[in-house]
Amino acid sequence: MKKSFAIETHDLTKVYGTGNTEVVAMQDASMQVQHGEVVALLGPSGSGKSTFLTAVGLINPPTFGQVFIGGQLTLDGPQARTNLRSFRRRHIGFIFQKSNLIPFLSAIENVQIALELNGETSGTARRRARELLDDLGIGDRADNLPSMLSGGQQQRVAVARALANRPSVILADEPTAALDSHRGRQVMELFAQVAHERGAGVIVVTHDHRALDVFDTIYEMEDGRMFRQG
Amino acid sequence: MNLASKDIRHNLGRFALTTLGVGMLLMVVMGMGGIYRGIVEDATLLIDRVGADLWIIQRNTRGPFAEVSRVPPNLVHRALAVPSVQSAREFVYHTIQREREGKPLRIAVLGLSWPTDKGEWIPLIAGRPLAQNHFEMIADKSLGFRLGETVELGKETYTVVGITTSMISSNGDGIGFFTVTDAQAIQFDTPGEAVRLERASREARGERSEMGLKQPPLLEQAVKPSGELPAIARPQLSAVMVSVSPGTDPNQVADIISGWGDVSVFTQKGQRELLLKGSVEKIRRQIGLFRILLTVIAAIIMALILYTLTLDKIHSIALLKLIGAPNTVILGMIMQQALVLGVLGFGIAYLIGQKVFPMFPRRVILTQVDLSQLAFIVLVISVASSFLGIWKAMRVSPNEALS
Repeated sequence: MKKSFAIETHDLTKVYGTGNTEVVAMQDASMQVQHGEVVALLGPSGSGKSTFLTAVGLINPPTFGQVFIGGQLTLDGPQARTNLRSFRRRHIGFIFQKSNLIPFLSAIENVQIALELNGETSGTARRRARELLDDLGIGDRADNLPSMLSGGQQQRVAVARALANRPSVILADEPTAALDSHRGRQVMELFAQVAHERGAGVIVVTHDHRALDVFDTIYEMEDGRMFRQG
Repeated sequence: MNLASKDIRHNLGRFALTTLGVGMLLMVVMGMGGIYRGIVEDATLLIDRVGADLWIIQRNTRGPFAEVSRVPPNLVHRALAVPSVQSAREFVYHTIQREREGKPLRIAVLGLSWPTDKGEWIPLIAGRPLAQNHFEMIADKSLGFRLGETVELGKETYTVVGITTSMISSNGDGIGFFTVTDAQAIQFDTPGEAVRLERASREARGERSEMGLKQPPLLEQAVKPSGELPAIARPQLSAVMVSVSPGTDPNQVADIISGWGDVSVFTQKGQRELLLKGSVEKIRRQIGLFRILLTVIAAIIMALILYTLTLDKIHSIALLKLIGAPNTVILGMIMQQALVLGVLGFGIAYLIGQKVFPMFPRRVILTQVDLSQLAFIVLVISVASSFLGIWKAMRVSPNEALS
């Protein structure tokens, strides 16, 4: 068991289709993210960034390769080595380009549900959810449904939900796309803060080059292949 | 946090309308059960209430409730002569159709054996039992008569002296209780011209007969009313009801009477079964099968509703899976909504049914047993119909939250 990295991938390859329709979306993508490290993943559309992220997030298993989270082997090719859903709940926080909130839950309930699913009592979950929303500056909209929030506000609720269970891994796919530059930078800095304070490994897929200074390491993907830039 | 209630609250209007629709559907299922029960109850009510241990009817018939049964009036006295027979009463029963205020009025005419039977056993909601041998009647309230109202039937006028309720024939017609004599007068009422023609015909037949040729004075009798002619029998009865002495097994008495060649005899239970297996059986089966069909349709519709409700939540379900919600949380959400839909639908069906069913022309009887059975069926349907939605939800990939 490897313990030195928050996230470690070995030669992740994802192949869709077979024969003439075979498409290689990701090939031999390897990455190591230490605890407390914030990694940016850059690349043009279709380069395989989201495929990599969903593989690391244990959502879309690779065809080949291995994924270790906190030193634990979770995916060995398409084979799950643990209960993926339970593992995701306990260890991984997701933020996506679209806020992806549950439409019939209020802002605070969207955060609260993540905590309750992880075993928190309703009262504790609600207090913690409110703290997170306050920290992100949307405590006053806590009782609003997602449909009553702006895109930026929805995204901050999604960030709060991702942070709720103090995950050891945070995966963000274009998290600042719906935010203005100021709020976008705030979110990036928040990731850095969470990573440094809690020792979480953070991978952020982004096109926003204005905030690259926040990141400890930068990777780039092109045609399914991954390169480390710095 | 209860996700089912949150989702319902978020889509309250649509869920309420859906529940109302399911409720109306279940009300039809409930109503069919009530109609079924009403038919059985109506068919057997008279037999149960009239309190006869044995029914003596025309040989090889199914009795007056199923077909025409004719027995001679002297059968009452023959029955009384049988050991252990406590009482024997005449029973006359037939249905007539007249017009009242421009609308057809069907009355199941039932003759009470005056003075033995004045109708004291009939549950009255107004008025009194019969107090004289002629020209009085007790009417079921479904006939629409008022207390004291007079009704012309045949050549006579009858006064409504009592109003009863829930006294319905197996065909759903309200029963009018008369004395046997009046019931027969109504049944055998003949227009004056027909009487005159019959008398003339009788005289003509007599003139051609050997008896008329040998004894011409006899022909003078032919033009008299039938009732004054000793050779013409009294009108026949539909059946004779027998009560046996306390402690006597009715089957023992039935065994004796069944030896008579001109009649058949049934115990109260036998007559009841005969009625249910005879005239009521087809409609009972028809409604029973229709009820099953409706229940299946309700189950299919509920399954489709729950499937659609699940489809509307596919993204949320995928998202729940993405953030690690176990299947039990998702399954619970769908199952709870199915149960809420079923329980509220049942409640709506019951409440609306209570208001609507009394307006039906025939009785719709909701018994506790039937309601409990339906409630159980609704629970089973709710759970079963949620399986389609659960099946769909279980197949959803967390990937779909990203699309």
